[in-house]
Amino acid sequence: MTPVPPPGRAALAFLDGVRRATPRRTFLQWAGLTLGVSVIGCSDDDPVGPMPGGDDVMLGAGDIGILNYAYALEQLEAAFYTRVVGAPYAGIATDELALLTDIRDHEIVHREFLKAALGAQAIPMLTFDFTSVDFTSRASVLGAARTFEDLGVSAYNGAGALISDAGYLLLAGKIVSVEARHASAIRDLLNPGSADFAGDDVVTPASGLDGAKTPAAVLATAAGFLNETIDASTIPSS
Amino acid sequence: MRNASRPALDALDPDLLATTVSRRDALRRAGTRVAGLAIASAPLALGLMARDAFAQGPLPQAIRDVLNFALTLEYLEDEFYRAGLAAPGLIPATDRAVFQQIGTHETAHVQLLRGVLGSDATTKPTFDFTAGGAFGDVFTNYQTFLALSQGFEDTGVRAYKGQAGAVVSDNGVLTTALQIHSVEARHAAQVRRMRGRKGWITAASTDVGALAAVYAGDAVTVQAGVDTSAFAGTDAATEAFDEPLTREAVLAIAGQFIVS
Repeated sequence: MTPVPPPGRAALAFLDGVRRATPRRTFLQWAGLTLGVSVIGCSDDDPVGPMPGGDDVMLGAGDIGILNYAYALEQLEAAFYTRVVGAPYAGIATDELALLTDIRDHEIVHREFLKAALGAQAIPMLTFDFTSVDFTSRASVLGAARTFEDLGVSAYNGAGALISDAGYLLLAGKIVSVEARHASAIRDLLNPGSADFAGDDVVTPASGLDGAKTPAAVLATAAGFLNETIDASTIPSS
Repeated sequence: MRNASRPALDALDPDLLATTVSRRDALRRAGTRVAGLAIASAPLALGLMARDAFAQGPLPQAIRDVLNFALTLEYLEDEFYRAGLAAPGLIPATDRAVFQQIGTHETAHVQLLRGVLGSDATTKPTFDFTAGGAFGDVFTNYQTFLALSQGFEDTGVRAYKGQAGAVVSDNGVLTTALQIHSVEARHAAQVRRMRGRKGWITAASTDVGALAAVYAGDAVTVQAGVDTSAFAGTDAATEAFDEPLTREAVLAIAGQFIVS
């Protein structure tokens, strides 16, 4: 696809104002319209800088596309836990902060590993919208963490069959079980001593199987936390 | 989706079906169905796979071996939790919900794998969870039970991971194996935390010497040529990736608890 030239300063300021004032979906529609208009009005001497969100990000084809898909999800998780640990909710227990710090570090390792493995084919750093999370609330933070971890597990489980290289498949396998360990721990923090660590809402009791989701389903959920739009149309579907 | 496809299949004469649909086609069809249905109704899809494809001939030997290897581990876990839950006074009331949930999953895994394997399913071994006396108080001392539970779950995670490459050609089996694999990891993290351990494995460390083989080789920090210890330290690097175990290593661990 043809890259869209960045809008000028005035357009950026306008978009920022719109973004503050409107719900996200409406903003994206606005941004799309405005970007379309700005292509016409954009001149070479306008300052060129990264658009703070709203861009389309193409994942690429083949195994690279799947690895970029994983990289996007790990970016999301790492950014979330970095923020959680950077300013924890009031009264957080020492062991709980240690646990969340461990998870943050694991997600950073996953993110940086995938970035290094992808090299020049890696998608850019994404920017995130966590306005739906109340970082001062334990329930809100752990609830979001549960969403992200369960999402990660079902994403890797669903992506396994889309990977063609056995080496990449094994790497995904090495990561997904750690995401499942995270999900289990977060769920137990929310409801200690219960069956929720592998609750019936994520593990089908009759089969004992965890979730497996398509990239489209996963990205539909992730989109609520992303400023950019992920374009997964090029990645393998079988 | 299944309801939409079954009547058409049922309407076909079985002999005609057998002669016009090659095994390979049936497998591919079943694999596609499983992949497509995995989210909503994996058990249905697997049942379908067992009937449509596997009933038409033996599974490829390599896939059968992997599934029977997995079934042996699931037999072990299933019987272990049945015995633990039945042992009077072993599991405190506060912890029973956890082990009932784990037991439910292990029973389901046994049934699922037996369903796929059909007459090719290996028979259940005879187990000795004391391992000839090494864990003599496993069903009277809760701490011993917990330690073995952790060992079995962490072994399960590494065992399934080690077989991923062997089933890469069969998307249906691969996806199902992944869906079991992450459940074992959820179990493992829970039991580890009940024992006061981290939910994840740091380096190759264990507090149970007799289970050292479960964690052997887990202290890897270089993945695909990338030094992952550079990002958040060595501990995080080893915790962030669970390593596989070979079939031989897993059978050596499980073999301690198998009489015949």
